[in-house]
Amino acid sequence: MNNTVSSTSTVKKKYKKKSQGWQTFKRVFKTPSAKLGGVLLAIIIFIAIFAPLLAPYGPYQMDLLNTFASPSLQHWFGTDAMGRDILSRMMYGAKYSLSLGLLTAFIGTVLGLVLGSLAGYFGGITETIIMRFCDIWGAIPGMLLNIVISASLGSGFFNTILAMSVGTFPGGARMTRGQILAERSKEYLEAAESINASKASIMFKHLLPNVISPTIVQTTMAIGGNITAAAGLSYLGLGVQPPTPEWGAMLSDGTTYINSHPYMLLWPGIVIGVTVLAINLVGDGVRDALDPKLRS
Amino acid sequence: MWKYVVKRILWLFVTMLGVAFVMFTILYFTPGDPAELLLGATATEAEKALKREMLGLNKTYVGQLADYFYQTFIQFDLGTSWVYETPVATQLIERLPRTIGMNLASIIITTVIGIPMGIMAARNQGKWQDYGVIGASIVFISMPNFWVSLMCVLLFSVQLGWLPSSGIGGIQYYILPVLTGSLASIAGNARQARSAMLEVIRADFVTTARAKGQSEDKIVTKHMLPNAMMPLITMLGGRFGMIVAGSSITERIFSIPGVGLYMLTGIGNRDYPIVRGCTLFFATFAAVCVLLTDLCYAWIDPRIKAQYQSGKRG
Repeated sequence: MNNTVSSTSTVKKKYKKKSQGWQTFKRVFKTPSAKLGGVLLAIIIFIAIFAPLLAPYGPYQMDLLNTFASPSLQHWFGTDAMGRDILSRMMYGAKYSLSLGLLTAFIGTVLGLVLGSLAGYFGGITETIIMRFCDIWGAIPGMLLNIVISASLGSGFFNTILAMSVGTFPGGARMTRGQILAERSKEYLEAAESINASKASIMFKHLLPNVISPTIVQTTMAIGGNITAAAGLSYLGLGVQPPTPEWGAMLSDGTTYINSHPYMLLWPGIVIGVTVLAINLVGDGVRDALDPKLRS
Repeated sequence: MWKYVVKRILWLFVTMLGVAFVMFTILYFTPGDPAELLLGATATEAEKALKREMLGLNKTYVGQLADYFYQTFIQFDLGTSWVYETPVATQLIERLPRTIGMNLASIIITTVIGIPMGIMAARNQGKWQDYGVIGASIVFISMPNFWVSLMCVLLFSVQLGWLPSSGIGGIQYYILPVLTGSLASIAGNARQARSAMLEVIRADFVTTARAKGQSEDKIVTKHMLPNAMMPLITMLGGRFGMIVAGSSITERIFSIPGVGLYMLTGIGNRDYPIVRGCTLFFATFAAVCVLLTDLCYAWIDPRIKAQYQSGKRG
């Protein structure tokens, strides 16, 4: 008797442990491609965090006797024009590129979410002003806005993040608003209003959790694109600039020597490609797991 | 329907004004004195003041904005480059065919290759064709497009010497830019076409068509494609405007004197009339693309057309 009780309680505990978060996690990494992406991404994040311990040289450590060394045992990826070890610089650079992608996607999403929920929830004149503004802002093609704003703010890590995040919010705002409009007439909101919950609490506690899935999907998909876009900006001389070991900056540094030392161009490109691929694979998993249209 | 069209065209003008205002404001608050950049560090204070006076830079923000709007939207003059002292509009018209032509070729190639690939993948869902297309497309989407272009230059121009690496001239100068610039879009199109097809492949009307003994090819061309094409058209139209606006990088890599490269030189020189003219052009072009797409959409899809005609929208 005692035994059965304890076993049912463990069953309950086990059931509880499989919380919603864990189940979503499992759904995201259900497919082999998402698993591959997850593993790759985990390795890249690990390298980004522990770069100072893992990298054989410092990111700015010059060796002027050893410039343009071809890949060898001492310098696996070779050295650049200043004799800096390319592998080490790329390890240190991982944190810049990853955080560029993550932060720009995140800031853009939050801006879009806030504006979209304000418009969708309050309606009326608030909605008109916000949506018309988003229409105009969204009519300016993203890359164009990125180029002009980062030229205006000047190059550098934080300016690039700022320039890139403000370009993405109109799409998010439009999507959130649509979601909220669809959700607004449902009973649970009426119930929340009837018990006199505050507007902020209705918006953030009741409404947002129900409309957030497509936004999460959108954000994950944006991260990869943002990393390549940031690299593009660096190539144009507008984003993060050398000597910062950001991958895009290393790429643009490498283009100077495209004819004589092509490997300087090769590695950053491959690493950006692999990173974005990993993020996109996980992103596909997130979409498959969260998109209500695909869930059935 | 016409009411809707007119409304959209009016909104297009509002968008143009808005874009012009946004771009002017961003550039106005950009740090750095254009007069100093134009004259060089050796210029005296008096010379700089004279230059500012000439360019109208000594006025207040509102004054300059009014000047700019008057010139652009009343006189239809995009201004004159501060550095080259040539009219921006003339340069735009001269460079336009290169930018548009290149991107038009690119979008045709992307459509002709990408969409059939996606359809093939969807029809063979779960087989090797499907995995091949999905795998290749996600790899090409993930790689930075300009890097792929640079690698192709390295291979086909530097190593093999088959094609010129940069500049303009005969058609051979455009092969690399167009093809390498299309790779990511082909991949994107294939992915979109695949998911659009998958959405209709299990639809009831397809089952009905099969039940009545329709041939498989006819099911695809007559029943699935018209329905799957909807999201694809929206995407293509919208994307064309975006791609044209993003042509700066390709033009920089291949040194093609198009509108995108013109804008970049304008940005480098703090030559604001050029930047304002190019951005206004790009944004307007993108907006016109979206507008035309939406109209096509209404024209092709009888459901939407009926909505406009009954006055529920517009």
